[in-house]
Amino acid sequence: MSRMETIAPPRPQVSASARVESGSVKVRARAVSVFYGEKQALFDVSLDMPEKSVSALIGPSGCGKSTFLRSINRMNDTIPGCRVTGEIAIDGDNINDKSVDPVLLRAQVGMVFQKPNPFPKSIFDNVAYGVRLHGLAESKRDLDQIVETSLIKAGLWDEVKDRLSASGMSLSGGQQQRLVIARAIAINPEIILMDEPCSALDPIATAKIEELIDELKTNFCIIIVTHSMAQAARVSQQTAFFHLGKLIEFGPTEQVFTNPRDTRTQDYITGRFG
Amino acid sequence: MTEHTVRSFSQDLEELTGDIARMGGLAEDLLSDAIQAVATRDLVLAETVVVRDPQIDNLQVEVEKKILRLLALRQPLARDLRQTISALKIASELERIGDLAKNIAKRAKVLDSIEPTAALKGVARMGRLVNAQLKRVLDAYSALETDAANKVWSRDEEVDEHYQSLFREVVTYMIEDPRTISACAHLLFVAKNLERIGDHCTNIAEEVHFLVTGEQLPTDRPKVDDLNS
Repeated sequence: MSRMETIAPPRPQVSASARVESGSVKVRARAVSVFYGEKQALFDVSLDMPEKSVSALIGPSGCGKSTFLRSINRMNDTIPGCRVTGEIAIDGDNINDKSVDPVLLRAQVGMVFQKPNPFPKSIFDNVAYGVRLHGLAESKRDLDQIVETSLIKAGLWDEVKDRLSASGMSLSGGQQQRLVIARAIAINPEIILMDEPCSALDPIATAKIEELIDELKTNFCIIIVTHSMAQAARVSQQTAFFHLGKLIEFGPTEQVFTNPRDTRTQDYITGRFG
Repeated sequence: MTEHTVRSFSQDLEELTGDIARMGGLAEDLLSDAIQAVATRDLVLAETVVVRDPQIDNLQVEVEKKILRLLALRQPLARDLRQTISALKIASELERIGDLAKNIAKRAKVLDSIEPTAALKGVARMGRLVNAQLKRVLDAYSALETDAANKVWSRDEEVDEHYQSLFREVVTYMIEDPRTISACAHLLFVAKNLERIGDHCTNIAEEVHFLVTGEQLPTDRPKVDDLNS
């Protein structure tokens, strides 16, 4: 079973580059380190992600960006031998506090994965699943309304409204990914984590997801891991560059892609990394 | 800087820098020959300037094509992006410098038919000053030296001052001897062209600064803008 230890952090130092001036802070990470058994995967990461905006996490494979993403909704709890130290706070509340129920946390912090993972159920039931689980609908009409609104927000309604009872698996890859996003937003989360949400999609489906991300950011704090520099540049307002488990640079996306402060960032985004 | 993982990308960028260097070399030659043609009233030299100018224009077209291709196929970022954009802008500055040098050379032909005036010396001196500015800023570009570029940028004030005093001097000659008015008017245009070439040099200096540091130089440069003199 998962084992989780939280150590009160000794007033971590935040470097200037770890702050981005825009909106109030939704997710605050301080000196976050993650260990898989003896191996340390993430070293002392401190950064502030503002609400109602998109933060992109970039870096080469194995740099710790997904590990960091997965510590924001305590997905790392599910990995045996995984240990997280430091503090992650949402709206100022430490998510690793003993009183926090990880299931409720994950309702607050939705997640979308690389490969679309609809449940082998109908389109309607896919979206309604979390709503029923958390008892968020008061009546059948209420539930219908939530499903419809979520599918509209996910930009999928017009394509599926006539076949809500069809299996979610019968949709195309891009539609499945939007279905999964609809499922995530149906339970009214505050934060949406996306782990390479477009890497299995064609350019048109990718553009639709990116357009969706752009719309969702008016209501949610979105944190996206992507291997596509162009995608990070297109969808995010701030970009964090990770390398070998360390946060190298965090700043406004425009600055990171035109004039990065660190040569390692420069080398990575211009394709010079060995 | 380390090589790109995709080596042909590095080659593309190097090629671009090479093209700009060639354009710069041509512009320098045209300018110094144009100045010499005016100073020594050498019509043959003046004609070679006029004939060579299209070489710069053609290179600029080449550079623009390559940059369009590079942007579409490589999607450069960070310093690569700055290098690409500054090459595009510097190419058009150099093309303008070529045009202005050609215009100076054309005036050498007109000046030949008139008596030389004392003001000619002043124009030649200003020409050497501007030519030195151009050489320095091109060196700063190839060596990526932002300090050297900044020096060119702040030294343009000297060029402007030179232009102002030359302007007053030439007007005095015209008042003293109305027969020189035609020649002096042409000399004023030559001086004005040189002053503009100085401005193009500061624009290139700004591009070098941006390319190296990623920051813009302040928009207000020290300026002598005394139109009432």
